[in-house]
Amino acid sequence: MTLFLLQATPGLPQAADYIRILPEIVLSIFAMAIMVLDPLLDEKTSQRTLGTIGLIGALAALAATLPQAHSPGFAFWSMVKVDAFSVFFHILITSITAVVILVSYEYMATQQIRAGEYYGLILLGAVGMCLMSSAVELVLIFIALEISSISTYILAGFRRRAAISSEASVKYFLLGSFATAFFLYGVALMFGATGSTSISVIAQSLRGGNTSMLAFAGFALMFVGLGFKVAAAPFHIWTPDVYEGSPAPVVALMSTGPKAAVFAVLLRVLFEINAPGRLDLIWVTAALSMTLGNLAALVQHNVKRLLAYSSIAHAGYLLMAYAALPANGIPAVMFYTATYAAMNVGAFAVVSHLAGAGERYVTIEDYAGLGRRSPLLAAALTILLLSLIGIPMTGGFFAKFYVFSAAFQNSLTGLVIIAVLNSAIGAYYYLRLIVVMYMREAQQEIPIAPTPLALHAALAVSIAATLYLGILPGRVLEFASRSAHDLMQ
Amino acid sequence: MSIRDLHPVILTLVTFIPLAGALLLLFLPRRDRDIRVFSLVVSLLAFVASLHLPVHFQRAQPGFQFELDKAWIPTPNIHYHLGVDGVSLWLVVLTTFLTPLCVFISWKSVNERVKEFFILLLVLETALIGVFVSLDLFLFYFFWEATLIPMALLIGMYGHGRRIYAAVKFFLYTMIASMFMLAAILWLYAKTGTFDFVALQKSAVAGQIPDFPGAAGWLFLGFFIAFAVKVPLFPFHTWLPDAHVEAPTAGSVLLAGVLLKMGTYGMLRFDLGLFPAQARANAGWISVLALIGIIYGALVAMIQPNLKKLIAYSSVSHLGFVVLGIFSFTAAGLSGATFIMLAHGVSTGGLFMLAGLLFERRHTYEITEYGGLATPMPVYSATFMMVMLASAGLPLLNGFIGEFLVLSGTFQSRPLFGILGATGVIWSACYLLWLYQRLFFGEVRNPVNAGLLDIDARERTALWPTAVAALVMGVAPLLWLNAINPSTQDLLTPFSQVASEVAGQ
Repeated sequence: MTLFLLQATPGLPQAADYIRILPEIVLSIFAMAIMVLDPLLDEKTSQRTLGTIGLIGALAALAATLPQAHSPGFAFWSMVKVDAFSVFFHILITSITAVVILVSYEYMATQQIRAGEYYGLILLGAVGMCLMSSAVELVLIFIALEISSISTYILAGFRRRAAISSEASVKYFLLGSFATAFFLYGVALMFGATGSTSISVIAQSLRGGNTSMLAFAGFALMFVGLGFKVAAAPFHIWTPDVYEGSPAPVVALMSTGPKAAVFAVLLRVLFEINAPGRLDLIWVTAALSMTLGNLAALVQHNVKRLLAYSSIAHAGYLLMAYAALPANGIPAVMFYTATYAAMNVGAFAVVSHLAGAGERYVTIEDYAGLGRRSPLLAAALTILLLSLIGIPMTGGFFAKFYVFSAAFQNSLTGLVIIAVLNSAIGAYYYLRLIVVMYMREAQQEIPIAPTPLALHAALAVSIAATLYLGILPGRVLEFASRSAHDLMQ
Repeated sequence: MSIRDLHPVILTLVTFIPLAGALLLLFLPRRDRDIRVFSLVVSLLAFVASLHLPVHFQRAQPGFQFELDKAWIPTPNIHYHLGVDGVSLWLVVLTTFLTPLCVFISWKSVNERVKEFFILLLVLETALIGVFVSLDLFLFYFFWEATLIPMALLIGMYGHGRRIYAAVKFFLYTMIASMFMLAAILWLYAKTGTFDFVALQKSAVAGQIPDFPGAAGWLFLGFFIAFAVKVPLFPFHTWLPDAHVEAPTAGSVLLAGVLLKMGTYGMLRFDLGLFPAQARANAGWISVLALIGIIYGALVAMIQPNLKKLIAYSSVSHLGFVVLGIFSFTAAGLSGATFIMLAHGVSTGGLFMLAGLLFERRHTYEITEYGGLATPMPVYSATFMMVMLASAGLPLLNGFIGEFLVLSGTFQSRPLFGILGATGVIWSACYLLWLYQRLFFGEVRNPVNAGLLDIDARERTALWPTAVAALVMGVAPLLWLNAINPSTQDLLTPFSQVASEVAGQ
């Protein structure tokens, strides 16, 4: 297939091509640097140094999106496309990476995990995610998906001493490979149906009236693979176990970063290709995800599992926008992923700080009396939970608003009603956590370590983003709408 | 700078002074006394600022005044649009009037997490004022929901025994109900592209909203359910007694005094303002529910052994009058309903403060624990008498004016309902006078009560303003009504238009 593309657009890569993947290059270089430096440094002090290198790498990649944004266009034989859309996701993913690294500093110290490759893997994962958002060729998308997935499979098992973490890693790996195989199979069928793996060529071919059974099947299989990655029902079974077992900062990453990237891919596949039969597929998955996610979250005792089911529910809300018209749906999806990333990374930052050594304190009861023991953390988590509920003036409200109204404008009234009822159910379990924090006294004295500066910074970023998106959503939405315009050209 | 320059910004000032105070409180050291004094100063400042409104309000003029309309968020098209008319004007002043009293009454009863308490109280004040001054439906919905969180936390953190149950019940009831309102608001926005109340009202009356006739009935209900739960209208009232019994005194005062009025205010402003024909079509069963509320609330109040529950059920009964008045579609009924909102805020706020003072002394709300209190607490008894009579609707006190107007309005539209409603006045006299007798008259049966201290200077400062306000409102109701009347008259104009259109067909 690559051969086919090479024939279609011959020539060597230009300098501009490299600028268009500059963030990926920067991330890769820093990841390599970490891997190389790790054995050279003193084991006791290496964690901080390597973490700092990782943080600088993420921030440098964030800065690299600036030259990237200034040279829009295709690169590498039309396999990569830089437009407002991909820049948006690059900024989002590199910011998530930076915040997750901030959260990891303290976590690695309390869990006594000494492994430099941790930060390297985070950066490599980010390379895959970034590439996913700018790839416009299905095989490249598959490779990017693998880069990001394999890093996260390993990261999930980083609490080596805990059996539950290894279980999470293996489970994630087995089911994940299975899902990726689905995706690849779908790509193959799509190639069979249209004769190309380039998204724009496929789109042209399908618009030309060529909607064979093969294209339907290919799209459905791709959707299964991607649906697994975003934890949409009925492909969500892995989520609670993996989230429960994986290190909390890793959950912060994998519940936001790869998800955002896969949602970006879904946007290209669904809207740009205008995939056949998408409405019914989306309808069913969205309704199932939010209903199952919310109902299961109601009965959870473990905060990480609760947030896992909540992320399934949020995937359901998000998917609704894919059934809307492109002009409304695309900006709604982009706004939602950004908001969800802000609030979820923040929530997991608090969870990972409170968990303590060996992640002992992760049940809802352990949060009792937090409002008295640590007013600052409790207030921070409250704001993030309110945003997850969707209270106005937090990003969560506008995220839901844009998605619901986009679906509504495409006359999906039934789906909107299901979503609204689900938001009401959702309010209950988030509130339960707030209630426990403020209104119940702790049964036992649970030690809370003093909050380090890095955690303050991580929380400040995520809360500032959540409130900014809630009070002045205008600019982000405008940017997202412009990207939608780019995407649909 | 002349005083006129203040007009466009005064509502913003009044709304956000308490919030600014709350933010400053965050950074104040945890010295309880300083925090109390600071909160008092902030709430008094908001009160003084709010007095600008009635002083400079053009009374004869209907429509909104002190308006400010600025574009805020481009998509969705949200404006920062504030303004008050003769109805919301007084509700704002009621809120700023009750908050300093709440600070006073909580001076000693709140000893733990003092800083958090006053932060929540001030945030709640901002949200409440915001509800009454917003003319953009989105802004309104935001403030509407924003009242929930501080109120639920006040109940849940500072309440009594079953406070968590009560807080969660309160939150879920009102939150789920307001989802329906949100759906209706979004429908309107989807069809018109604006959240602006004034613009929406114009296009609704002119029939410019597509698909409006088919959907208006549902939209009306969407708004109505949210408001009915808040009021609370029978049969949506079951959260109220729980919330009141468990809430701290200041919470009860603001809950009964202001929060419930959000519901009736919403009916007046949005249900009548946007859907006049549907409001009229549904008036029958709504009035029946209101009547049931009046009578049922009063009868249940009569048999309550718990002082706070009794006052809570009396609120159900009184708010039934407000709803009855609103859906009578007469000038007298609407003005009376508005007046009851204010009168009930003042007198029930007073009653809850009085109940709180007893609780501080004896830690129980059981009426049978008391008796013969007139002997150890003469000043308290006299104050209670005054506030209780205002609530019972004695002529020359504020409760009477509103009930009289509502009943006369109801007699004009539905005589039978007027007769049944009038029995409510008798019932309320029954349970309140009987309550007074059980609390204060006779010998001191329980020896613990003989040594109870009478109210001190601070407590008087908290209580007497409500008693004075009850008297002034009862003697000179026109001071309030001459601002209310043009606005309620204005609300009725679409009705006559609708009526003439129907007649012309």
